[in-house]
Amino acid sequence: MKRFIGFIKKEFYHIFRDKRSLFILFGMPIAQILLFGFAITNEINNVDIAILDHSKDVTTQKIINKISASKYFSINQYIDREEDIEPAFKKGKIKAVLNFEKDFSKKLIKNGKANIQIITDATNPNTANTISNYTNSILQNYQQEFNKNIRIAYQIIPETRMIYNPELKSVFMFVPGVMTIILMLVSAMMTSISITREKELGTMEILLVSPLKPFLVIIGKVVPYIFLSLINAIIIIALSLFVFKMPVQGSMFLLGAESVLFIITSLSLGILISTISKTQQTAMMISLMGLMLPVILLSGFIFPISSMPMPLQVISNIIPAKWFIIILKSIMLKGVGLTFIWKETLILFGMTIFFIVLSTKKYKIRLE
Amino acid sequence: MDNLNVIEVEGLTKMFGDFTAVDTITFKVKRGEIFGFLGANGAGKTTAIKMLTGISNPTSGKAKVAGFDVFNQAEDIKKNIGYMSQKFALYDDLTVKENITFFGGIYGLSRAQIKEKTEELITELDLQEIANQLASSLPLGWKQKISFSVALLHKPQIVFLDEPTGGVDPITRRQFWEMIYKNANNGTTIFVTTHYMDEAEYCDRVSIMVNGKIEALDTPKRLKEQFEANNMNDVFLKLARE
Repeated sequence: MKRFIGFIKKEFYHIFRDKRSLFILFGMPIAQILLFGFAITNEINNVDIAILDHSKDVTTQKIINKISASKYFSINQYIDREEDIEPAFKKGKIKAVLNFEKDFSKKLIKNGKANIQIITDATNPNTANTISNYTNSILQNYQQEFNKNIRIAYQIIPETRMIYNPELKSVFMFVPGVMTIILMLVSAMMTSISITREKELGTMEILLVSPLKPFLVIIGKVVPYIFLSLINAIIIIALSLFVFKMPVQGSMFLLGAESVLFIITSLSLGILISTISKTQQTAMMISLMGLMLPVILLSGFIFPISSMPMPLQVISNIIPAKWFIIILKSIMLKGVGLTFIWKETLILFGMTIFFIVLSTKKYKIRLE
Repeated sequence: MDNLNVIEVEGLTKMFGDFTAVDTITFKVKRGEIFGFLGANGAGKTTAIKMLTGISNPTSGKAKVAGFDVFNQAEDIKKNIGYMSQKFALYDDLTVKENITFFGGIYGLSRAQIKEKTEELITELDLQEIANQLASSLPLGWKQKISFSVALLHKPQIVFLDEPTGGVDPITRRQFWEMIYKNANNGTTIFVTTHYMDEAEYCDRVSIMVNGKIEALDTPKRLKEQFEANNMNDVFLKLARE
C-alpha cells in the first residue's frame, strides 16, 4: 500500500508540473462550458428585422408595436418598396423582413383574413426557423386578443407547454453534453497519454521490473485522474448552477455516483487505448478521432438521435456517452431517481466491465 | 543450486511465432562477477534480459535468478534485482530527491530507510547542490550515475545494466565503471550489456550473442587468444562476420 501511495504521489507531480496537461485538465472544461453556455446558443435575442408595411393602418401598427416590444426582435429599418427587400438582406444586418399586404385591416375585418409575408435569411437554417416560429407565436397571440371581442363558435386553440426546460434555454442541453465530453476527454485521453508516455520513455520497463505488480502500475496511473475528473464534474455542475442557473432537480448523490461510473468507463477506455498505441501521439489521435467525434456527433449531444438514419441510430447505442447524457438529463432536468435510469446505468456498467476485461487481455499479450 | 552462482541458465529459448529470438542459451554467473553480455543489435540481448528479469516468460529451458525460478517465482526475482537502462535514467519532471524517494518507495523501502539512503547518496555522489533540482536540468552522465545508485537502493543481489553508458563522455564512463567495480567488490553481481568494446575488457567474463545463440563465453583475455585478436573489438567483428 505504501508503495502504491508513493506511486500516486509521483503521478500528481507529473500532472501538476506539466502546464499543458494542467491546462487541458482545468482550463478547457471552464472554457468549454462558458463557450457553449454564452456563445453557442440556439436562442435568438434582439434580431434585427425590417418592416415593409403597405397598409400602415391601426392593425399593422399594433402588430409592429407588439413585435418591437418583444426582446427577440428589434426593428432596424422600414422599407417602402418590394425592391428594397433584397438589398436589405444583402447588407447582412437584417435577418428577417415582415411584409404586410395592402389594406390589411380592411381585409381582416371584411374577409376575416389578411396576409403577412415573413421572409427570413436562411443562410443559418436554425436561426431562420426560430425567427419564423417566434414571429408566428407573436402573431397568434395578437390574433387571440383580436378575437376576444368577436364571438366565434368552435375554435381550436392549441396551448403548448414546454416542460423540463420551460424557457427553452439551450444551455440546459449543452451542460450535460459538455460535461460528458470533458469527463471522457480528461479520463480517456489523459490516462492513455500518461500510460503511453511511460512506454515511450522506457519507464514502463523499469516499473515492470520492479516488485510493483503490473495491475497496480495501471491502477496507480488511473487513480489521480478519477480525483481530477470528479473535481471537473463539480466545477461544471457549479458553473451551470451559479452562472447559468440550471437547476439540478434530482439527487446530487445519484448524480455524483453516476459521474464516477462514467469516469471509470472512460478510464477503462483510456487504458484500452494505451494498450494498442505505442506513442503518445497515437494515443492522442485515437482518443480524439475515436472518442471525441462520436461523442459530439452520435451521442445525441447536438444532433437528436431519433432523427438520425437507422444505421447511425444503431451505432449510437455502442457509444457510452449516449447513455450518460440520457442519465444526466434525466437527473438534472427531470429529477428522476435510479428506478427510471437503472437500464442506462446497467449498460454503462456492462461496458466498463467489457473494456476492463479486454484491456487486461491486451495488456497480458503485450507483456508476453 | 551452487551458492556461488546467482544466475543459472540452461537451454533458455524464446520464440515469437516462428522466429527464435533467443536460441537455447546456457551460462552461469557467479556472485560478485561482472558479466558482460554482448551482441549486435537484434541479437537477442534485450529479450534474454527480459526473461531473466521476470517480465517475459521463456518458451522453454530453465533459468534461476538469485535462486528463484523465472517461470513461477518472477515476483521474488524482482525483489532481488536492480535494473537500469540507457533509454531511461530518471523521471525528468521529478527532482533528484523525489526520484530517489519514488524508486525507494516502489522497492518497498521504509520512510526511514529512504531518508537514510537519500542522505548517503547525496554525500557519496556529492549531490548537495542539485538534490532539489529537476532531473531534466542535469547532464546525462549525472543522471546515469544517480540512476545506477537508485537501481542499487534496495541492495539487490544482481543488477542488470542495459547499455548504461550509451551517449556518455569517456571521463564519466570511466567514473561509472569505478562505481561498478566498487559494487562488484561488495558482492553485487553486475550483468551488463554494452556497445563499447573497451568496456568489454573491464568485465570478468564476456558472452557474445549472435542470432540468438551464445557463440563465445570466456574471460576477455582468453577470448582474445582463442580468436587470435588484439582486442575485444576484433573478437566481436570476427564472430559477427561468421
